[in-house]
Amino acid sequence: MIRFSFIFLFTLLLFSSATGQEATLPPSPPTDVMAKDTPNDAGGSITITWKKSPDDIGAVREENKVKGYEILRSTESEGEYEVLGKTTAGAQTYFDTHAHNGVPYYYKVRALGIQSFSESLPSTPAKAKAQWIDWRRRYTFLLALILALSIVYFINQAKSGKQLFIRKIAGLEAVEEAVGRATEMGRKIFYIPGISDMDSMQTIAAVTILGQVAKKTAEYEAKLEVPTSRSLVMVSCRETIKEAYSNAGRPDLYNEDMVYYLTDDQFGYTAAVDGLFVREKPAAVFLQGQFYAESLILAETGNYVGAIQIAGTAQPAQLPFFVAACDYTLIGEELFAASAYLSRDPKLLGSLKGQDVGKFIFLFFIIVGSLFITFGIYDLSFLFR
Amino acid sequence: MNFLEKLLALDRRIIFLFIAIAVALPLFFTVKLHIEVTPVVRNLHNAMEALPPGSKVLVSLDYDPGSMPELQPMAESFFRYCFMRDLKIIIIGLWPNGPIQANSALEVILNEPDIKKKNPKYGIDYVNLGYTAGNEVVIERMGSDIPVTFPKDYSGNKTEDLPLMKGVKNFNNIDFVYNLSAGYPGTVEWVLFGVDPYKIKLGAGNTAVQAPQIYPYLNSGQLVGLLGGMKGGAEFEIATGKPAKAVKFMFSQSVSHALICFFILIGNFAYFATRKKKGA
Amino acid sequence: MRREVPLAITAIVGFALIIVYFIPHPPFNHSRDFFEDLFFIIAAFAIWLGCLNLLKVNADKVYLKKKGWPFSIVVWFGFFLMVIVGFWEGRGFMNPGTTFYYLYDKLYYPLNATMFSILAFFVASASYRAFRARNKEATILLIAALFVMLGRVPFGYYLSSWLPEGWRLGNITDWIMDFPQTAAQRAIMIGIALGIVSSSLRVLLGLERTFASGE
Repeated sequence: MIRFSFIFLFTLLLFSSATGQEATLPPSPPTDVMAKDTPNDAGGSITITWKKSPDDIGAVREENKVKGYEILRSTESEGEYEVLGKTTAGAQTYFDTHAHNGVPYYYKVRALGIQSFSESLPSTPAKAKAQWIDWRRRYTFLLALILALSIVYFINQAKSGKQLFIRKIAGLEAVEEAVGRATEMGRKIFYIPGISDMDSMQTIAAVTILGQVAKKTAEYEAKLEVPTSRSLVMVSCRETIKEAYSNAGRPDLYNEDMVYYLTDDQFGYTAAVDGLFVREKPAAVFLQGQFYAESLILAETGNYVGAIQIAGTAQPAQLPFFVAACDYTLIGEELFAASAYLSRDPKLLGSLKGQDVGKFIFLFFIIVGSLFITFGIYDLSFLFR
Repeated sequence: MNFLEKLLALDRRIIFLFIAIAVALPLFFTVKLHIEVTPVVRNLHNAMEALPPGSKVLVSLDYDPGSMPELQPMAESFFRYCFMRDLKIIIIGLWPNGPIQANSALEVILNEPDIKKKNPKYGIDYVNLGYTAGNEVVIERMGSDIPVTFPKDYSGNKTEDLPLMKGVKNFNNIDFVYNLSAGYPGTVEWVLFGVDPYKIKLGAGNTAVQAPQIYPYLNSGQLVGLLGGMKGGAEFEIATGKPAKAVKFMFSQSVSHALICFFILIGNFAYFATRKKKGA
Repeated sequence: MRREVPLAITAIVGFALIIVYFIPHPPFNHSRDFFEDLFFIIAAFAIWLGCLNLLKVNADKVYLKKKGWPFSIVVWFGFFLMVIVGFWEGRGFMNPGTTFYYLYDKLYYPLNATMFSILAFFVASASYRAFRARNKEATILLIAALFVMLGRVPFGYYLSSWLPEGWRLGNITDWIMDFPQTAAQRAIMIGIALGIVSSSLRVLLGLERTFASGE
């Protein structure tokens, strides 16, 4: 009995020390630690890569001997290393974003076990530096250059008198009809230039279209009102309308109060405009520019009061609402083409043609790229990353 | 005007009345409905499940009270999930109301019995860095330096003094980004200015109106998953095993969807019937 | 000069910002931030213009007793209430417990949510009016809308659970969202992006100058 207890105790001690020993054994160290300047950045960053520890199964799991990695840094190969940061098991990259430009740094990577760790050999020195060119954007640059050159080319073609075909856009053909209707009925025209500020291209497009619409309202002597959601838009719209009325030979009809500010708040603005629609019962409503959730509220109210509505936005999410509730809708790029279309200025029409070159380039890559991927030939998507 | 013509020119106030009843009445009933978790939500959940405890999750709440019915349940279920899994939450807002919505959601979640047991502490388990003006520029700046972009938290404490923010310099120190968006700036900006340049792992919750616009980013792999509208929120609650507000509201949404379909069908019936009559 | 100077500034700043997009080296990497900050400063000051205009327009309405003039008094009241309370609270005016937060929570938020809720009703009335099978395209739109509306709610499952997997309303909805819808969104987004490029170039080259009070 005593002998049995002794053997049992001895076996227990042996087993526990074996498992205890296993727990204290460090995992194998990571290897091939390399450090280099992070490319295409403004400096201050070094990329550290390594081959993970052979004991690392590559996932954060209980059974993984490696619990994570610690990255250490020093300015001398044999000097004192400080802990820079930690990363999870399976990781093989770390970005040191606390580096000073021009200072050589050495790195070590520690594989962390349950109670111990092992360190790699130090890396070769690396210095952070800023780059002058972001090479990742080279294809974007090329594409932008091709687009810009084709737009300029067609503008010059148009300037030289060449006739350029532009398809009919129903919404824009209806502008005169809308203004005429308002004049006949003796009711107002409301122009809503969206709820964004002048930093949005859609707002600029909307203000540009307003210039054309204002020219018509001046000719027809229709009453135009432009409630805005942004102060800068109010100022810009005032200048635009003033100039349009002046060019139409009717500066006497212009009144500063045609354009007024309501509120920056999205639904506050919507409530105010809806109130105006219901009280004033306009004959025509233009909803041009950048809209969000208020688009349907405005369009439905306009429909309810019986106004002819011409909408235009480049917000894909709001297009279905305008299509459902308005008489005419300018979809996406038609909003940006409107100024060229209405003015029939050859230079502006030429730019639309240049835009089409861009479309053909995209169409080409979509078709060819899809075929290549489908038949496993080559992946062209790197051009657009 | 006969019945069909009256139906065709139905006073919209009648439609409004039916919609009001269809939306409001179901809220008084608790009906258990079968909600299947779609792949887009499942992928988001799987990505979260792969995060080890202690991982830092940046949550950007980019919406205002108008979008609360759809997005607030998503915020609450996400916070609940993070606290249960010991994931650390860093809250920011690209909209001024975002951090306020976050506080409202936290107020609800921190009072739940399961979460109270966990006893999450401000500054250690979660922080609210507040709002910074700049839209997508804020995301770009965070790519370089988060403490500089948000020098103080919502309550005015210095960001660098918060224990959770120690060692958090930029996106390299963030394990996952979750964005709740109702418009601009939102998920699109996070994809363009966060995922593309900094390769962050991004999941998103969007209003139902905006969700279709985000699908191209899902299919290209720029987004790991998407909660679209209240249904997406309900699916996430089911996936995490904690049905809550979104699941509850689905009955109301189901009834109103069915009612709209009914109105569309009778409208078409009246349209074709009157056309036939005119033709005859 | 009145026209030429703004156009010149637009062109120089515009082209400069395009070029610095490709240059990560300081100080160019912060150029965009710098100009963005300038814009926000200008917009913040411009808010005064808007507020003064708002107060002036409504004061005129009250003075001239135009139609709806009592609402203008409400505008004045609301404006000054929030401004005075905000300044009186000082720093932390938006913290829970303050009067400003109370007004925000009990007035602004419900009003905001109410306006947003109107969408539910308007979606129904717009759908009733717009989704008519007038022609082939409208019929396809109608069918897709019905599939998606039912597929996105649990009722879709109950209506079609007897169908084989892959043919249920939920599956059809997912297919519509993943393929035709995404394809259309991508096409529109590409068109919009090209439209913005073309439009921006017109602005930078000074061809489009209506917004800057040109013709």
